[in-house]
Amino acid sequence: MMPLDLLFEGVLFGILLGCFYAAVSMGLSVSFGLLDVPHVAHPAIMVLGAYCTFVLSRLGIDPILAGVLLTAPFFLLGMLVYRFYYETFEKRGTDAGVRGIAFFFGLALIIEVGLILVFGVDQRLVEASYIGSSVRFGDIRIPQRTLVVFAVAVALTILLTLYFSRTFTGRAIKAVAQDEPALRLMGANPVRIKQWAFGIATAVAAIAGAMLIIIGPVEPNMDRAYIGRTFAVVVLAGLGSMTGTVAAGLILGISESIVLIHPDLGASWAPAVSFALLLLVLGIRPQGLFGR
Amino acid sequence: MRFWFFSIAILAAVAAAAFIVKNEFVFYAGYTVLLYVVLATAWNILGGYAGYVNFGTPAFFGLGAYTGAVLYKAFALPLGLQIAAAAVMSGLLGLIAGLLTLRLRGIFFAIATIALVVIMETVFINWRYAGGATGLQLLRPPPTAPFESYIKMLFVIMAAMAIGAVAVARYIQDSWIGRGLRAIRDSEEAAECSGVATLKLKVFACTVSGALMGAAGAPMPMYLSFIEPASTFNLNYAVGALASPMIGGTAHWGGPVIGALLLSSLQQYVSVTISNEMNVLVVGVLLVVFVVAAPEGVLGLLRNAMAPKPWTREAVQRRVVMIPIVIAAGVALGAVLYVLFDFLIAKGERVIVYSVLALMLPGLLYLAFRFIRWVFNP
Amino acid sequence: MSAAGPLLQIKGVSKHFGGFAALSDVSIDIARGERFGLIGPNGSGKTTLINCVSGTLQNEAGSILFDGADVTRKAAYQRTRGGIARSFQIPRPFTSMSVLENLVVPLEYVAKLNDAQASREAMQILERIGLADKARTPSNRLSQVELRKLELARAMAARPRLLISDEAMAGLSGSEVDEVLKILFDLNAAGITIIMIEHIMQAVMRFSQRVVCLDAGRIICEAAPAEIVKNPDVQKAYLGA
Repeated sequence: MMPLDLLFEGVLFGILLGCFYAAVSMGLSVSFGLLDVPHVAHPAIMVLGAYCTFVLSRLGIDPILAGVLLTAPFFLLGMLVYRFYYETFEKRGTDAGVRGIAFFFGLALIIEVGLILVFGVDQRLVEASYIGSSVRFGDIRIPQRTLVVFAVAVALTILLTLYFSRTFTGRAIKAVAQDEPALRLMGANPVRIKQWAFGIATAVAAIAGAMLIIIGPVEPNMDRAYIGRTFAVVVLAGLGSMTGTVAAGLILGISESIVLIHPDLGASWAPAVSFALLLLVLGIRPQGLFGR
Repeated sequence: MRFWFFSIAILAAVAAAAFIVKNEFVFYAGYTVLLYVVLATAWNILGGYAGYVNFGTPAFFGLGAYTGAVLYKAFALPLGLQIAAAAVMSGLLGLIAGLLTLRLRGIFFAIATIALVVIMETVFINWRYAGGATGLQLLRPPPTAPFESYIKMLFVIMAAMAIGAVAVARYIQDSWIGRGLRAIRDSEEAAECSGVATLKLKVFACTVSGALMGAAGAPMPMYLSFIEPASTFNLNYAVGALASPMIGGTAHWGGPVIGALLLSSLQQYVSVTISNEMNVLVVGVLLVVFVVAAPEGVLGLLRNAMAPKPWTREAVQRRVVMIPIVIAAGVALGAVLYVLFDFLIAKGERVIVYSVLALMLPGLLYLAFRFIRWVFNP
Repeated sequence: MSAAGPLLQIKGVSKHFGGFAALSDVSIDIARGERFGLIGPNGSGKTTLINCVSGTLQNEAGSILFDGADVTRKAAYQRTRGGIARSFQIPRPFTSMSVLENLVVPLEYVAKLNDAQASREAMQILERIGLADKARTPSNRLSQVELRKLELARAMAARPRLLISDEAMAGLSGSEVDEVLKILFDLNAAGITIIMIEHIMQAVMRFSQRVVCLDAGRIICEAAPAEIVKNPDVQKAYLGA
């Protein structure tokens, strides 16, 4: 099959990659998992975040700091997008599903092309002290930026999990996902809560974008590669489960990493892994690992 | 019967044009437009009639293209048989994929179709006989008589396929199958409880849709003299196939036809005069605007415009006053923006210009839409 | 196909949503030609039970027998074609179709009529239910009351042997309730077994021969209409402990 040390390396990188995928999918876990919005434009917004990080880094700002700074404008953007989506589609009922998907698809296209027009099709990257150097663990070299992203991903996961379980708004968001009528009866406005949640999801996407460009160069149509990955993670996790997102991210990361490193398979088979996983989950256990 | 009369007349006109018009570029562009008529019509059977939006067009189209290419490489099969085989292969893919994925809710099905495209692409990237990642070069055979140009022959074949696809869609739409699909779209639960075998009907629609897309894909390798996975399974085919019916109207077979004719022609024009990226932007913006402001598409707008309206004197007077004002304002705004952007571009600030345009354009288009709506609806 | 024996047998049916038990071990027999009433406070599981009977939902435990045959694993459309029809509590019309067309769907798919025959029979049903003048109206332009009548009409168009009416009379005026009751009585006289879920107690009382009360997914009482309102458990369920 595969030599053991190669497998070990695959798993190790898979864990790091998996945490990255988990962090990147957190936003979608909220917007699609909890709020049921068919947000196929989530990866595109993430790529937008990556490019905004690029612009800020040209001004001398560290990429991670840039990501944090971007959370505020992206939060507002998210609220705006959700409000628009809600007024136009969700309110009107039946046809909404079909047109909602088409709307987000169109939005993703616009973002993609917008980026091409402004930045061109070439890849863009950022520079920082931790990009370009590696750390040695015995025989294995791990790029420092991967560890940085890993740390950010872990921090983000902890923050979000705490937010949704400890804070009032966080729990309200979880409540709205489970039982909207009950929430309305308690006097809370479900639309405003969902708007807030979508804002958070988009803000998280901004940080995810920063991580994306730290890990490697970005190009405008990278969102296509991530639609499969993010949806695979969210569906495998079970809609709306934050801890599930981590587990699912790890599973995806490790599978992809092993395929990538496998002598017979390699990079030409890697893109199919996330989608194959997604189809598998949808076919066998559609509610995912931790689904409600 | 009127339908067949017009169809044959159109086909005859197209064939005649093939002999009269000398400029080959017209046929290259025309082929693409007709291709999207077929893809849009096929997409609409599942996406429009049944309401199952999907991005799977490249998978069926690509499988059809590769079926044609591989059969040509292996057996030098004539184009007609390639098309038939491609229809069968893609129909089979539609059947199997449909059985596996059509139990899923709308958005999951849509994502599953993207999965299908990527998986198909991966399969062909790794199949060396079909050319692998680098692709396959193909030598065109001489065109069959009476055509002297291969591309003109392909053009006429695609026109015939377009008519065939529309005939199939029309038949389904007007039959009990079409009514069942519409019931599924309106309320799948109620349809099931009204005796509609929803899964079977959906799988049927998926199979027919896939077969038509596969048939449309078969001539592609001959058109390009070349085939390779990345461009064949490109999601851009999904964009055109989805946007055309959404813009033209999803309830009637005329919608995808109008949508594809308008959109694809516009895309060709923009592609040549401005840039390739700009044409994708145009599609994206139009898609969003129509989905938001005109859900029933161009057909719906036309139907609305032709319906009897309660016109009163005040309503007419108001419009006689407002229309010139709005047009004047629009022209003024356009002039100001033109000067401003010209100035900025001359200074090299393309980023600002594009960003502002991107932010303003959808909003302006939306307002224009609403205004036109208001004009025609007293 | 036993001539005797109940038409519908619900045996030990349970249904969970995540950790929430919507139905726990529910068993009911419905006799042929019976007029059966199902009551219970909101959230007691009435519609969930109907969904399991009609096939819209799959129950995890227990079985459902219709006319002696086990339909537990059968898809909803197969059960409808087999003779079970239901209306929806929140109306789900085919919004892109006219009122008439809404009825043509079940007539085409269950009764296998062609277009002309289906339209004729659909008109007849519309006349019975009082919607004939709205036949050509798009169904997304109907009032709430008309939508509920349409739901019932569509269920009737499926030519059922068992008709389940899920709160068909909500929001109707007194005379409209009488209208709908008369239609249900007529259908029952023609041999159709009817299960009625209603909150309008006087309708349930007048119509049902037997009533079952559900609360929190369990049956808490089964009796004749006159007794069920006097039952203390039923009163507690509706008014709270």
